[in-house]
Amino acid sequence: MSKILIRGAKVLGGEPQDVLIDGETIAAVGTGLDAEGAEVVEAGGKVLLPGLVDLHTHLREPGREDSETVLTGTRAAASGGYTAVFAMANTFPVADTAGVVEQVYRLGQEHGYCDVQPIGAVTVGLEGKKLAELGAMHESAAGVTVFSDDGKCVDDAVIMRRALEYVKAFGGVVAQHAQEPRLTEGAQMNEGVVSAELGLGGWPAVAEESIIARDVLLAEHVGSRVHICHLSTAGSVEIVRWAKSRGIDVTAEVTPHHLLLTDELVRSYNPVYKVNPPLRTERDVRALREALADGTIDIVATDHAPHPHEDKDCEWAAAAMGMVGLETALSVVQETMVDTGLLDWAGVADRMSVKPAQIGRATGHGRPVSAGEPANLVLVDTQYRGPVDPARFASRSRNTPYEGRELPGRVTHTWLRGKATLVDGKLT
Amino acid sequence: MQRHLISAADLTRDDAVLILDTAEEMARVADRPIKKLPTLRGRTIVNLFFEDSTRTRISFEAAEKRLSADVINFTAKGSSVSKGESLKDTAQTLEAMGVDAVVIRHGASGAPYRLATSDWIDAAVINAGDGTHQHPTQALLDAFTMRRRLVGRDAGIGQDLAGRRITIVGDVLHSRVARSNVDLLHTLGAEVTLVAPPTLVPVGVETWPCEVSYDLDSTLPKSDAVMMLRVQRERMNAAFFPTEREYSRRYGLDGDRMAKMPEHAIVMHPGPMVRGMEITAEVADSERCTVVEQVANGVSIRMAVLYLLLGGNEPAVSQARTTATEEK
Repeated sequence: MSKILIRGAKVLGGEPQDVLIDGETIAAVGTGLDAEGAEVVEAGGKVLLPGLVDLHTHLREPGREDSETVLTGTRAAASGGYTAVFAMANTFPVADTAGVVEQVYRLGQEHGYCDVQPIGAVTVGLEGKKLAELGAMHESAAGVTVFSDDGKCVDDAVIMRRALEYVKAFGGVVAQHAQEPRLTEGAQMNEGVVSAELGLGGWPAVAEESIIARDVLLAEHVGSRVHICHLSTAGSVEIVRWAKSRGIDVTAEVTPHHLLLTDELVRSYNPVYKVNPPLRTERDVRALREALADGTIDIVATDHAPHPHEDKDCEWAAAAMGMVGLETALSVVQETMVDTGLLDWAGVADRMSVKPAQIGRATGHGRPVSAGEPANLVLVDTQYRGPVDPARFASRSRNTPYEGRELPGRVTHTWLRGKATLVDGKLT
Repeated sequence: MQRHLISAADLTRDDAVLILDTAEEMARVADRPIKKLPTLRGRTIVNLFFEDSTRTRISFEAAEKRLSADVINFTAKGSSVSKGESLKDTAQTLEAMGVDAVVIRHGASGAPYRLATSDWIDAAVINAGDGTHQHPTQALLDAFTMRRRLVGRDAGIGQDLAGRRITIVGDVLHSRVARSNVDLLHTLGAEVTLVAPPTLVPVGVETWPCEVSYDLDSTLPKSDAVMMLRVQRERMNAAFFPTEREYSRRYGLDGDRMAKMPEHAIVMHPGPMVRGMEITAEVADSERCTVVEQVANGVSIRMAVLYLLLGGNEPAVSQARTTATEEK
């Protein structure tokens, strides 16, 4: 493999430096590096970050290839600056056996746009009744360490306790979709002032918070680590903050859309705003941003949830829940966290690459930008600002809430172990 | 007036009074031997009912026919919708047939709004009840009934309901009638109090322009009209209240309670009533109960709405008279 010299890049937003890639590895970081024999990429003051890692992606394959495949999803990931994604288990069939996780893993390897680390289901068929063969998935070629019934909550306290205990044997982690099912029957949007007016079934904050409170206490009791998916309320932030202050081994993620959008948008009854957990209030958005800044929330995860057009081009109640996010995540984080002064680019690297890689044990990802490290890198034009155009997405689906919205930042280059997957904004 | 009628909250005071005044003109037509006006001749209106509601459908149908519109009834049962056709495809099919207005009843809150704001269809959209969201023509006919009874048929022309005290009792949480009435009555200057067990009041009600009480008995003496909402028996299975009997004892309107109301005060109900649950037969059949009037008024209100949305700006009846004369 050839050499690549990235010239004049602000590494983690710092002073411009040159970064030399040799083969799969970063060979040198410094100023005035020798370009001899190397392809030169003029960074011109763009920001260089370690390749992003998404702990929460729905790639839909197998089963819903009409909305996304491993190929289209990993192309979307590369476009958004990601070098590793964790693929959720709610496929058809469910990723609850070694066979399914190995298939997804191999498809990711074959396509080569982005490492795909499958997440295994906690329970058979996501039904919450019987543990899936977690050990077999861990020992498979896919090497699963993150387990989640995402889309559904592991609501049975005993099953949750056993799962938390069981995965300790091999350093696994359970990622909980916190949603008390009885409190959210028929839920269509955040329960509050707007739902009362619109006559849409309410999804109360307490349905998330009560499960998080239970699970951090369970994790403490059995001495396990637990990860909270898509935390969405101010109350959840307080519970996680309290748990961390007690030394409980809990990590939490927030989605880009929960950092930016509120339930006021539902007044349009436009199902592009329908998502689970639902968009919350301005107060929640503020609390989530602060918590991401102070580290109470560890990471940003996209919950990239592709759906075919017809599943959103309908009345609210009939529409599917979810939004695509891989290709807009970094822009939304720049808008909500960087341009507001809450986080610098080193902080973004931490929340979107370093920490998610640590939580998911994604070897070779989320590493420092320094000599000897794997060349998983992303170059971002942070000066850019422009409207989101879904027609340009690499994802097979277009269900974005940001169509036409002006957002800052554009990923121009992505390298996966020294191989360019995105050059000048174009997939290779 | 806007091009569509989706929510009672979209109406200004002047819009609402114009509709009520127009409905009075329409009501006069109903007193004639021949109850038909040629106003909407040649216009096609489809009644698009995704939920069963014979009452509302025939009320609209009567209104449309009295205005001489061509009427198409579309019910979801046994239609392409039950075979999985989407709202969008149904709408586009109707659009292709050249429909001028769509009267839609749908189980999903927001479906009429979606229809009106999407690019699926050009026709005027009239909400005939969507999920637990809105039912604006019901609120209008209720306001019409109140104005007639509390202000007067002739004295009411041009008037709103300023200062009238209206109490709405029952399952507010699941009620599009309650939402629409709170919006419209507030616009018309009335003071609204909602009475229900706390389980049947939505979280977030605090921003509504009304009072909320859990005690019916203390509210009745301060009411000019008491509107009882239907309470479905199944609600007790979801623990909204313990038993039917307990609900009736605490929130049902019987003769003793009716006696606590001021003498001029009326009892209203959007129907269908569950006798023995929220209202006793004694009250339902009393002189003070306006249920049957509300049905008659519903036709006049729907004629007024259709006329104002589709028929133009000239006075409905005088224009009709002229046209009728020309025809002879």
